[in-house]
Amino acid sequence: MTSFLSVKDLHVEFPTDDGLVSAVNGMDLSLERGETVGLVGESGSGKSVTTQAIMGLFKDSKARVSGTIDFEGTDLISLSENRMREYRGKKIGMIFQDPLSAMHPFYTVGEQIAEAYRVHNQVSKKAAKEVAVDMLGRVGIPAARSRADSYPHEFSGGMRQRAMIAMALVCEPELLIADEPTTALDVTVQAQILDLISGLQQETNSAVIFVTHDLGVVAELCQRVVVMYGGQCVEQAPVRTIFREPGHPYTRGLMASMPALSDETGRLKPIPGSPPALLDLPKGCLFAERCEVAKLLPEGLCREERPLLRIHGDHEVRCHAHERGLLAVGGPSAAGNMKGESADV
Amino acid sequence: MIAFLLRRLGAMLLLLIVVSFITFSLFHFGPADPASAACGQECTPDRVEQARIALGLDKPFFVQYLTYMSGFIMPRMIGAPGAESACAWPCLGKSFQTNENVTDMIANALPFTLSIAIGAVVLWTIAGVGLGLLAAMRKGKAADRIIVGGASVGVSLPIPVTGLVLLLVFVGILHVLPFTSNSINSPFGAAGPWAWVLNYLLPWLAIAILFSAQYIRVTRSNMIETFNEDFMRTARAKGLARRSIVFKHGVRAGITPVVTMLGMDIGGLLGGAVLTEQIFSVPGLGFTAVHAATSGDLPVTMAITMLAAFFIIVASVVVDLVYAAIDPRVRIN
Repeated sequence: MTSFLSVKDLHVEFPTDDGLVSAVNGMDLSLERGETVGLVGESGSGKSVTTQAIMGLFKDSKARVSGTIDFEGTDLISLSENRMREYRGKKIGMIFQDPLSAMHPFYTVGEQIAEAYRVHNQVSKKAAKEVAVDMLGRVGIPAARSRADSYPHEFSGGMRQRAMIAMALVCEPELLIADEPTTALDVTVQAQILDLISGLQQETNSAVIFVTHDLGVVAELCQRVVVMYGGQCVEQAPVRTIFREPGHPYTRGLMASMPALSDETGRLKPIPGSPPALLDLPKGCLFAERCEVAKLLPEGLCREERPLLRIHGDHEVRCHAHERGLLAVGGPSAAGNMKGESADV
Repeated sequence: MIAFLLRRLGAMLLLLIVVSFITFSLFHFGPADPASAACGQECTPDRVEQARIALGLDKPFFVQYLTYMSGFIMPRMIGAPGAESACAWPCLGKSFQTNENVTDMIANALPFTLSIAIGAVVLWTIAGVGLGLLAAMRKGKAADRIIVGGASVGVSLPIPVTGLVLLLVFVGILHVLPFTSNSINSPFGAAGPWAWVLNYLLPWLAIAILFSAQYIRVTRSNMIETFNEDFMRTARAKGLARRSIVFKHGVRAGITPVVTMLGMDIGGLLGGAVLTEQIFSVPGLGFTAVHAATSGDLPVTMAITMLAAFFIIVASVVVDLVYAAIDPRVRIN
């Protein structure tokens, strides 16, 4: 059975004056119709680059993209810029992080939504405007008809993100990519936007890739989680599995660095170090430099040999230690122990 | 909107008064003596004194200034006591050198300056913005390098150099264009629009080479900046065609600094293209101003300075209005 969307061995490299920057290094990702997948990882892990590659936004640029992106049986990587246009907006919609800068400052919100509709539908300007007003109503903007004539800067942050969602969904795409859509919003508005996205998703049965670094959002919204590190998938599993038994030391670190309400006196446990330099990738495991578990393994293994993504049922992990059963037991608390700190619970 | 315009109009008047006062003071306290310049070559101290009285330069500074300024409000009399002549409103005085009415002199010179300005502006805007946009779209490629290289050369070519080279090549060697004739100062004249174009083509080119080089640079850098904006990525993500992305989304957002520059440059050019008019001997405002300033002809210098200031101020108001039309964020309610 082939998936609705299947990304295999995706590489995205940017030539710069200092050399080749490898933002994505063999990324794998698959998605079924109607499924919501959370794509998590810290800044620079290649989440956004992966989604932009799916959208074909690197065509006509210096970036080198290789691998396969199979969308309903079509390889998007081999499509020309012109053929790709038929997918953008129509079959794949995208919501960006900062709606103020992602919307054109000189056109009204209604014009921008109507434009998105008119690209793929042969209708009059007037009819497209009606669709836009209708769509603004569906994303919960009050007095949609008059608000459609407002400019993005006249909207509040939450309303702008709603308008952005309306723009992405106006052609009812089968796949929605949401690139950190709630990062720029305050918490109460975040919850509303998440509700809105999941509500609209159920209405239209579209698949969603939800890019975020907020594990709380993932737990609320997603069925499956894909954890990215250094431009690779290091772990993927159903959301329950990830939270109950995270397999990769990096995933454990992510969870330990997340504030928890129950953990009143606890301190956050940041992952020491920083992501690998993408200019000159290490030969071995990309996380080895920051990994506490690597010390438990035979000398040099993690630094010399890149681990493979091993499949254990519906749980995939890319880690030598996990492969050897060293991490089989334990949850987030093991992450604390493995850093040699006692959990302050 | 009306309140905004009235406020700008008030500021404009105030600014013009300040400009007039400064120009007048510079002349009055400067080293030039208009009276001896006006009285000609065979001059006795007596005749200089007579000239001084005839020109009204014997009166106190403020009286002179106020007398001059009164011409903007009503007609006034000019000349030596007993031999005065009328100067109709708006009176900008009479030339110290030729006794010609300055308002008439300006009216004669303005069509030449307008002729030069109109064609040059059209040429450099099309060439500058078009090539700048092309360079931005082909950033890093051969076309970009050629355009940017050309612009660096163009921006360092002063008008006297390009003007003389153009004259030498097209008039002196190739004989394909005429010397600039002073009998043609309008496309609606007897000679017709085509003769007008040919007559002013070389001055236009001389100005356009310099200005389009600057416009290429500004357009290119602004467009490159705009192409990297988030909303341009959104436009692509919607599935828009490249043409629509570049023109509808990119140019509208990236062109605003060029609009400002264009407004200011047009305003400046209308005050007289001094170098170009000198090189091509076109008796426009710039040409007239230079001769007036070197011969101490106060009324002519005053009038052209104030006219130039007026054009600049009007241009800045127009720029503000155009800006508001382009960018809704700066619109006033």
